[in-house]
Amino acid sequence: MSDQLTAAQRVALSRQTTRPGTADYIAALFTDFFQQRGDRQGREDPSILGGIALYHGRPVTVIGHRKGRTLEENLTYNFGMPGPEGYRKAIRLMEQAEKFRRPVITFVDTPGAYPGLEAEAHGQGEAIASAIARMSTLNVPVVTVVIGEGGSGGALALAVANRVLILENAVYSILSPEGFASILWKDAGRSGEAAELMKLTAADLKELGVADQVIPEPAGGAQEDPQTVFDAVDAALSAALAQVAREGDFAARRWEKFRKMGTCAPEKE
Amino acid sequence: MNPIFANRRERLMEMKVRRKGVEQPRRLVAPPVFDKCSRCGAVAAKAELARSLYVCPNCGYHHPIGAYLRLAMVLDAKSFRELNEGMVAPNALQFPGYEEKLESARDATGLSEAVVTARGRIGGVPVAAAVLDSHFFMGSMGVAVGEKITRCVEYAQRHRLPLIIFSASGGARMQEGILSLMQMAKTAAAVRRFQEAGGLYISFFTHPTTGGVTASFASLGDITLAEPGALIGFAGPRVIQQTIGQTLPEGFQRAEYLVEHGFVDQIVPRTAMRETLIRLLRLHGKGELPRE
Ligand SMILES: [Zn+2]
Repeated sequence: MSDQLTAAQRVALSRQTTRPGTADYIAALFTDFFQQRGDRQGREDPSILGGIALYHGRPVTVIGHRKGRTLEENLTYNFGMPGPEGYRKAIRLMEQAEKFRRPVITFVDTPGAYPGLEAEAHGQGEAIASAIARMSTLNVPVVTVVIGEGGSGGALALAVANRVLILENAVYSILSPEGFASILWKDAGRSGEAAELMKLTAADLKELGVADQVIPEPAGGAQEDPQTVFDAVDAALSAALAQVAREGDFAARRWEKFRKMGTCAPEKE
Repeated sequence: MNPIFANRRERLMEMKVRRKGVEQPRRLVAPPVFDKCSRCGAVAAKAELARSLYVCPNCGYHHPIGAYLRLAMVLDAKSFRELNEGMVAPNALQFPGYEEKLESARDATGLSEAVVTARGRIGGVPVAAAVLDSHFFMGSMGVAVGEKITRCVEYAQRHRLPLIIFSASGGARMQEGILSLMQMAKTAAAVRRFQEAGGLYISFFTHPTTGGVTASFASLGDITLAEPGALIGFAGPRVIQQTIGQTLPEGFQRAEYLVEHGFVDQIVPRTAMRETLIRLLRLHGKGELPRE
C-alpha cells in the first residue's frame, strides 16, 4: 500500500516522534522487565535502555536505543544518541546474557552515536568497536529489530545479530542522508536525493542481504496503529528466535552471515 | 561483467605477471610526492626527507605516506609478498559516477584499492600486515578494503602469524553505503576470532584515522600504537564542532590526547617504528632474544 512512498518519505516516517520506540516495544511484547543500568565504570547512559525480561515466558536480555517522545525525554535520552558508556553497558548486559544463556533481543532506533567532545574523550570508537566485536562472538541467539532510524556505527553496535528484521518504514544507513549529502556534495539540502541513492529502505536492505525480513506497517506508518505493529513484530520476532535457536552454533552462524557481506573480484588470489 | 572492470582486471593481472620476476615490486620504493612541509612550509631536499622517513626535519610533522612505502620501511628487504593484490569490489549500489572516480583514483595512485595487504618479515619474523593508504579515497573502507583486511586476518590465523595493521582512513566509503557499514562488523569479528585463537594483533594508528575504521578493527589491537600528532577519532572534528557549537581544545583527538585518555599504549615516531615492532614481536616470543 505504501509502495509509492519515496525513500525520503520513509526517512521522515522513521523519525516520527509519535512512532513506537524501544520502551513501547518492551512494554507491549515483554513481561516482568527488570531494567539494568550503568556501565560499572562510572556512568549510566539512558539513551540505551536494557535489562532482563520475559518473552513468551522465557527470560531474555533486551536492549535498545531510546529516543523518548517529549522534548524533555529527548533531552534526557540525548535523542537516542549514545555515548561510549551506553555501548559499554550494552556489552555488560550481553555478556550476562551469554553467561545465563538468555537470548539477546535488540531494538535499533538511533540517528547515530553522539559526536561530542566527551564521547570522544571516553573512546566512542573503541566502545563501538568492542560492542561489535563482542556481539559477534556471543554464544546465544541474537535477533535485532530495526524499528526506526538505524544510523551508522551507533546502530550497528547493537545489530550484529543472527537475524536482522526491519520495519517497512524503518531505515538503516551508513550516515544520515543529510550527512551523506553534505560530505559528498557539500550540500545538506540535497538529502532527499541522497536518500534515494543510499539504498537505505527496508526493501533495499532486504535485497542487499543486510536485512533478513521486512515487517509490514499499516498505511501511514507504525504510529497510525501501534497495536497492529506490535503484533506483527511479535510474530516475526518469535519466529526468528525459534528458528535461530533450532539452528544452534549461534556465534559460528553469525560469523558466516557477516563474513559474506559484500562480494569482491577476483574470488581467489 | 562491467567492461571497465574487465579491462582493469586484465591490466592488474598483466602487472602482476610482470612483477613475478622481480624480487621487489618497483612501487615499493615510490618517490616522495612533496618536498615542502605542508605543516610548517620548510623546504627539505628530497634525499633528506627520504632519510628522515618523511618526517619534517624542522617541525617533526609525520607526512602521510603511501602503503607500499610504509611496507618498505617496516618489512625486511625482499620479504614482501602482496596478498589479494588486485581485489576490487563491484559498484553494488550502482552509485552514479563511482566507477569513473575509482578509475581516476587508480590512475593517480597506482593502487587498486585503499589498502595493501601483505606477507613479509620484520627482523626475520614472518608477519601478516595491512596498510591503509589515505591517498586512495581518503583510505575509506568499502567492501574491497573490508574483504582484504578480513582475508589478511584469516591468513594470519591460518599461518599463525602476528598481525599488524596500519590505519589511515576517513571512515566509510560513502558510495558503497550500508555495505561499507557491514565491513565494520566483518573486520571487527575477524579480528576478534583471530585474537580468541591466540593471535597477536598490533594496531598502528597513523594520521588521520576516523569513522568506521576507528570504530572497528583499528581500536581492537592487543597492542595499540600511534604516530605522533595523528588525528584519531570516531566523529570528525568538523562534525563535533558543528554539534556542540564550540571550538575544540588544542590537541583534541591527537595521538597524545588518546594516550592521555587511555586508548593508545605508546606513541611511536616513524624512525622508531621498525625497532618497536621487532621488540614487540620479541616480547611475544617471536624472533631472537637479545644477547645478555
Ligand atoms: Zn615541517
